[in-house]
Formats: sequence, C-alpha cells, structure tokens
Amino acid sequence: MSDLLLKAFDKEDNENLPEVRVGDSVTVHVRINVGERNERVQMVRGTVIRVRNSGNNKNFTVRRIASNGVGVERTFLMRSPLIEKIEVHRHAHVRRAQLYFLRNLRGKAARLREKRF
Amino acid sequence: MKGLLGIKLGMTQIFDEAGNVIPVTIIQAGPCYVTQVKTTDKDGYEAIQVGFGETKEKRLTRGELGHLGLLKRDQKHPSRKVSKGIPPVRHLAEFRLKDASEYEIGQVLTVEQFQAGDRVDVTGKTKGRGFAGTVKRYGFGGGLKTHGQSDRHRAPGSIGATSGTAHVFKGKRMAGHMGNVRYTAQNLQVVRIDTEKNLIAIKGAVPGPKGSLVKIRDAAKS
Repeated sequence: MSDLLLKAFDKEDNENLPEVRVGDSVTVHVRINVGERNERVQMVRGTVIRVRNSGNNKNFTVRRIASNGVGVERTFLMRSPLIEKIEVHRHAHVRRAQLYFLRNLRGKAARLREKRF
Repeated sequence: MKGLLGIKLGMTQIFDEAGNVIPVTIIQAGPCYVTQVKTTDKDGYEAIQVGFGETKEKRLTRGELGHLGLLKRDQKHPSRKVSKGIPPVRHLAEFRLKDASEYEIGQVLTVEQFQAGDRVDVTGKTKGRGFAGTVKRYGFGGGLKTHGQSDRHRAPGSIGATSGTAHVFKGKRMAGHMGNVRYTAQNLQVVRIDTEKNLIAIKGAVPGPKGSLVKIRDAAKS
C-alpha cells in the first residue's frame, strides 16, 4: 500500500511518445537551454542500448558514433517534459537486455540485424 | 505554527515545470488531532499535544483511552471527561508554541497547513548503525590503502601526544555507537502536497528508515 502512495506524485507516461525497445534506431528530440531565453530542440540519433523501467526514473540510453569515430552515449528520462518527440526508425533483433558489447565494436561489426513485424 | 506527525514512506524523484529532476521524500502526514492544550497558567509553558495514526481501542491502555476521552462517563465516574471526537491514536507528540490558545481539543490538523515552497524542519530517529568506526562515524580518512599497509586501512590514527600531555583529551572522536538518535533536518523545502491522500513531498532526505514516525513543523531558522 505504501508503495502505491510513494508513486502518488509520479507522472503518467507521455502518450505521444512511442515505446522504445533495446536495439531500436531512434531520433530523440530534446529541448535544451542555451543561456537565458534561448531554447532550442536538439536531435540525437543513435541506437538504444539500454532501457530501465523504474517509475519516474524510467530512462533509456542512446549510443551514437560522433565525429572521429568517438562513441557518445546519452541517457534520457522518459517522463521528462524536455523530451519533445521520439522517432523510432527500425527495430533490431537482439538477444540481450543491455547492448554494452557494442562499445567494443566499431564500423560494420557494430550493426544489428533488423527485426520486421 | 504549522506542525504535523507523519510516516516516512520513502524517497523518489519528481519533475518541476522546467524539467529539472528533484529528489524528494514522501511523507504520509496527518490527519492529526489536538489531544491537549497546554497553557502557561496550567502547565508552565504553551504547547499543543497532537495525536496521529488511528488504531483500535483495544491496542491502547486504559490510561491512554482516558486521556483521549474515550472512556464513558458512568455513575462511578460522573466527572470523567469525554472527548470531542478524537479517535484512538497510536502516537502522541507535543509542539511548543508562543500561544496555544487558538487551538482546542479535537481540532484536526492536515497537510493543508502547508503549501509548496514552505520551509520546514523534520525530526525523526536516525537509522541505527551500531558500533561504528571513525571512518563511518566522523568521516575520518582512514589509512593508506597501499605502500605496505596492513590492518591500518580504517584506523583512526594517532589519538594524542606522548608524555607531554600523557592522556587522551576528553571528547576525542573515537569509534562508538552511531545512529538511533533523534535528529532534526532543518530548513527543508516542501515541493508538493496531496491533500486527498494526505501526502507531502519534501526536497532531500529526512532522518529515519521507511515507515518511521517523523515530526514536521515550520522551520525555526529560514
């Protein structure tokens, strides 16, 4: 019972956002503040390597390869009001819950097999 | 005065309008009932005693029932006081005030006294840590982890000079019992209120384990 009360201040899942799964190729549109009154939307495109479900802390991590082949990972809070939009481009066939092995792979080796429904 | 008793439910995080994540402790507070009004004339100081946590009558002693006015008047006890609607409550606590005359027995206090942005002090009993060393108890650095050290990793180091003073000073911080004491976290911010479920979300941590009794009142220094 007390656990339910603990969740009383939790936000609902944003209905406009699609379900994100591990291995998905996504573009996340996230609002950021650059100084005062200078708000813009940033887009992060990459592969979802981790999804955590934990109430208000529900989050997922996107990995992308930035310039010079540097891997960049960014974690987004699913219920954050800063997330404008999430586009899911393709799903992948994965056999793990966390794709940490991608960190050690680069180039063609770091591809995932597409899963079609 | 704003004051309440509550049960600490645990910690979680919520978002503010700007999208910032705020760590909060959720407390189920109130409704509390004023069970006694203490005045300077009668008791030497001004305070109210409040009760919290409804329970069954059979769980209270007859002394407690009599205090709450839950025993009926009868021929043998015609002067016995009868309550003004106080239910049987498990916990009693006192709040010292400047002037207690604005309160009366049976009055109900709820979370509606507070609103988001208020500053409060929260009193509770900290988690017991048992016999703790100086590293945990006082944040001592401990010894070196390498360079051939053995058995010195969490040692307190020197506890004083040699024959010059020839004794260890009183109050020297050493290992000993830690926690399980009353502690007040001061000047915490109220982030959100749920009047329907009697919940209050307070920014940051609050003393005590989940399920423990805490006392909330308006901040002494703010």
